[in-house]
Amino acid sequence: MTDAAFSTSGLTKTYGTGDAAVHALRGVDLEIPESEVVVLLGPSGSGKSTLLNILGGLDRASTGQAHYKGREITAMTDRQLTRYRRAHVGFVFQFYNLMPSLTARENVELVTEIATDPMAAEEALHLVGLTERIDHFPAQLSGGEQQRVAIARAVAKQPQVLFCDEPTGALDSATGRAVLKVLTDVNAKLGTTVLIVTHAAATADLAHRVLHFADGRIRDTITNTTRKSAAEIHW
Amino acid sequence: MSPLTHKLLRDLWRMKGQAIAIGLVIAMGVMLQVMMSGLVTTLESTRDAYYDRYRLTDVFAPVARAPSHMMPPLSEINGVARVQSRVVGAALVDIPDRAAPVQARAVSLPENGTAALNATFLSAGRMPDPARPDEILLVEGFAKAHGLAPGDTLLATLNGTRRALQVVGLAQSPEFLYIAAPGEMVPDDSRFGVIWMGRDAMAALFDMGGAFNEALFALTRAADKQVVLAEIDRILDPWGGRGAYGIEDQYSNQFVTEEINGLRSTANTVPPLFLAVAAFLLYIVIGRMVQSEREEIGLLKAFGYSNAEVGAHYLKLVLVIAAGGAILGCLLGIAGGRAMVQLYLQYFKFPFLLFRLDPASFAIGVTASILAASGGGLLVLRRVFALTPADAMHPPAPADYSRSGRIGQSIARLLDQPSRMVLRRITRQPLRMGGAMIGIACGMALSGSMLSTFIAFEDTLDTTFTVVDRSDLTISFAGPIERGALHEIATRDGVWQAEPVRFVPAILRNGRHTHRGSIQGQPTDARLSRAIDSDKQAIPMREDGLILSTTLAAKLDIRAGDRITVEVRDGRRPTLELPVAAIADSFFGTPAFIELDALNRALKEPGRVTGAYLRIDPGKRDEITEWLKGLPMVAGVTIKAEAESAFRKVMNEGAGSSRYVMGVLAFVITYGIVYNAARIAHAERARDLASLRVLGFSKGETAFVLLGELAVITLVALPIGTLLGHGLSQLIMAAYSTDIYTITLGFEPSAYGNAALVVLSAALISGLLVKRDLDRADLISALKTRE
Repeated sequence: MTDAAFSTSGLTKTYGTGDAAVHALRGVDLEIPESEVVVLLGPSGSGKSTLLNILGGLDRASTGQAHYKGREITAMTDRQLTRYRRAHVGFVFQFYNLMPSLTARENVELVTEIATDPMAAEEALHLVGLTERIDHFPAQLSGGEQQRVAIARAVAKQPQVLFCDEPTGALDSATGRAVLKVLTDVNAKLGTTVLIVTHAAATADLAHRVLHFADGRIRDTITNTTRKSAAEIHW
Repeated sequence: MSPLTHKLLRDLWRMKGQAIAIGLVIAMGVMLQVMMSGLVTTLESTRDAYYDRYRLTDVFAPVARAPSHMMPPLSEINGVARVQSRVVGAALVDIPDRAAPVQARAVSLPENGTAALNATFLSAGRMPDPARPDEILLVEGFAKAHGLAPGDTLLATLNGTRRALQVVGLAQSPEFLYIAAPGEMVPDDSRFGVIWMGRDAMAALFDMGGAFNEALFALTRAADKQVVLAEIDRILDPWGGRGAYGIEDQYSNQFVTEEINGLRSTANTVPPLFLAVAAFLLYIVIGRMVQSEREEIGLLKAFGYSNAEVGAHYLKLVLVIAAGGAILGCLLGIAGGRAMVQLYLQYFKFPFLLFRLDPASFAIGVTASILAASGGGLLVLRRVFALTPADAMHPPAPADYSRSGRIGQSIARLLDQPSRMVLRRITRQPLRMGGAMIGIACGMALSGSMLSTFIAFEDTLDTTFTVVDRSDLTISFAGPIERGALHEIATRDGVWQAEPVRFVPAILRNGRHTHRGSIQGQPTDARLSRAIDSDKQAIPMREDGLILSTTLAAKLDIRAGDRITVEVRDGRRPTLELPVAAIADSFFGTPAFIELDALNRALKEPGRVTGAYLRIDPGKRDEITEWLKGLPMVAGVTIKAEAESAFRKVMNEGAGSSRYVMGVLAFVITYGIVYNAARIAHAERARDLASLRVLGFSKGETAFVLLGELAVITLVALPIGTLLGHGLSQLIMAAYSTDIYTITLGFEPSAYGNAALVVLSAALISGLLVKRDLDRADLISALKTRE
């Protein structure tokens, strides 16, 4: 248990009640070891994003338990969830979610100001290859660059876990590969556990572990013995 | 039902909170417009109908005593259509439960029963029988105030003769639409009455057998009034003509007209301001609302809906809110107007008064709201329509802060990132933020100026009744008497001080400006009734010139140092040329002061007085008034406390009362503006705020980013609102002031302090409501929806 970043048992999530009830998760049991890149694959509505949101402290499970390093996420109060997100978790979203009123550096500083042991904003932006554009506002950056700022913002607080929901969904394939490379680099250099939710099956090739979702359950789990680099992936 | 109609209804339901807030703001603006202009229309049309139906005369010509054979020459004056003579006089009525005698005016009824001019409206009982000299009609308001009805007996002293009079009917007359005791400005039904009695009885009592002391004239359409007046004066001069005057100078009509004019200028100033603020808010809110629908608009266009169809859809949404608010405002305006009409009936003695909607005001209110709303919506729609559907559906590129973001970089260094976000958002969109700020400032200005108005009314009353008039009783004598006679009163037990005064009817002229009123002579160092300057310091009476009140000086367009012509209409009726020595602040009427002895010298009637101001032992008031009632020379006694309470009643329940309605409306508008500002800011930033929560910001820290903006805008709005409010309050005061009373206003810090509290509490409540939504926000859906 100690070397697992996340573990869940009997995790369910139901939206609505009665006839209108939608079962997003129908009982998920899993264990994710630390420092792995894990890709969650599956069609829309298969439950992968719901799982990500529950593990990331953005949503609450209906039943079952989820633990992060032995602490029960599913039992946390609102305030504890905020602290959990603040201290341990980084997020990357499909639509970047940058603050348009802050420059790239300031967007990263937004997080480092409230983190306990952050890296310098410049360092985080260097990591994603954006040193040149550090004082640009989001409006002056391309989609790929914006997503890299979002990744820099997520990793700058040196989180133990990085949650990425369709990080390449809004990007062309070349830019998408660059973004994936950053994510695997972060995993390799900092030992951060990276969870990526995606539609793009090819992404699975760069993961340590691949979880296939269908109908709110994990249909199967594949452990890659050999991983491809981001540059080798095509979709 | 078409899908778009479904969408319309659902959208309305979704944004119901905001729609209600917007609708209410519009409703308040329209309500005031409809109510105020409706009141003006109602009072004006009722007055005109009443005057017309009861044949109110065009010209009054009081005279000392003219023989009846002077009537034919009067009727032959070119321009005179009809003439009628009558006998009028003062009366003192004995009301058993009152110590002070009550003043009344006695008016003769024509012998044949029907008055060609100045007819009476009989509201109860019957007309007096000409054969029975003791039968009278009593004015309805007075009768009601004292519980008198046809069949009752009234004890009255007329020209020194005490009579028991039989009330046979109650009446009203357009001549006495507004009834106040002489020397008083506001009506009090209980303290001044009108008695109508047979001509013969009146003639007997006032020694007018074969004579009259007032002639009434109806003029032809083509008549030149000034020429007619001069001709009447020429004919009546040998008989002691007191100066003919037109209906415009008639006491009651003057008050009614002034009141309506005051109301009209209020109706022309204040409601448009309210409406403008409401329209401005609507423009801003609707624009931002449509902006937030950008993606849906793109989607509709992608489905094949035309610009016109999409435009019509959003226009309908806007119109439902605007028209809903306008109709609600109209209904509230009618309800408010009806209630206000009842207040007016208390002191305008109309036999009938029905609230009439002014269709123009409704049209203006509705049009202004709809134009403002459509303008705000269309401007944004045009921008959205310029985009291809694909662009519109695409999340808009992040707002570009690269230019404005650099502003204040050095200041930004000192701030943390959330504070920078607040600051940059404000500096990036100075117009939008300026709009929101001006909106809040306008709300603050409305509230502050209305609160200032309340203080100014109170201040004016206070100054009038404690600084200007420091007496307890005012006595008026039947005519000018020897000043020595005052000694008896001054030395009476309980009378602390008695100060003489002489009122002389006069016409004041400066070039083509004329004022018909009186001048009052007082001792140099008058203490009980004073002229005061703008610092509320007494101005000593002058022998060498007149001290005019500000209102009178403005009416005559005259300044201190100029010369004025005074045509005295009493005694030997001299015409005096006097300098204006000083201008005195006055809140009440249009007084003109001069030193008493100088006045008497000019009239060649030394040592005469027509009244006195008394300061008395309050414990002996009833005793003293009872005693005064028995003195033959006393024509009337006014108790200041009663005059003050009558004045307050009019200010609070009559004309002045609309300020309370406006005060409430100002608060509603202020709340509406602030709430909308908070709501819109929240809608625009929902996604950023959710992102902050995901990044690990607490609810409080996230709320700071949103509410910090509201706080900055609100704080900046406060001083601007104060300045706007001060300007606005001057306008409102000018609108409320009439020839009858002047409300003056300085800067009232407490009003703006309280208005600031209103705005801040509105911001706090709105902030809490928005924060509640923020706390409940679904993080995931906020992140998934693109902008």
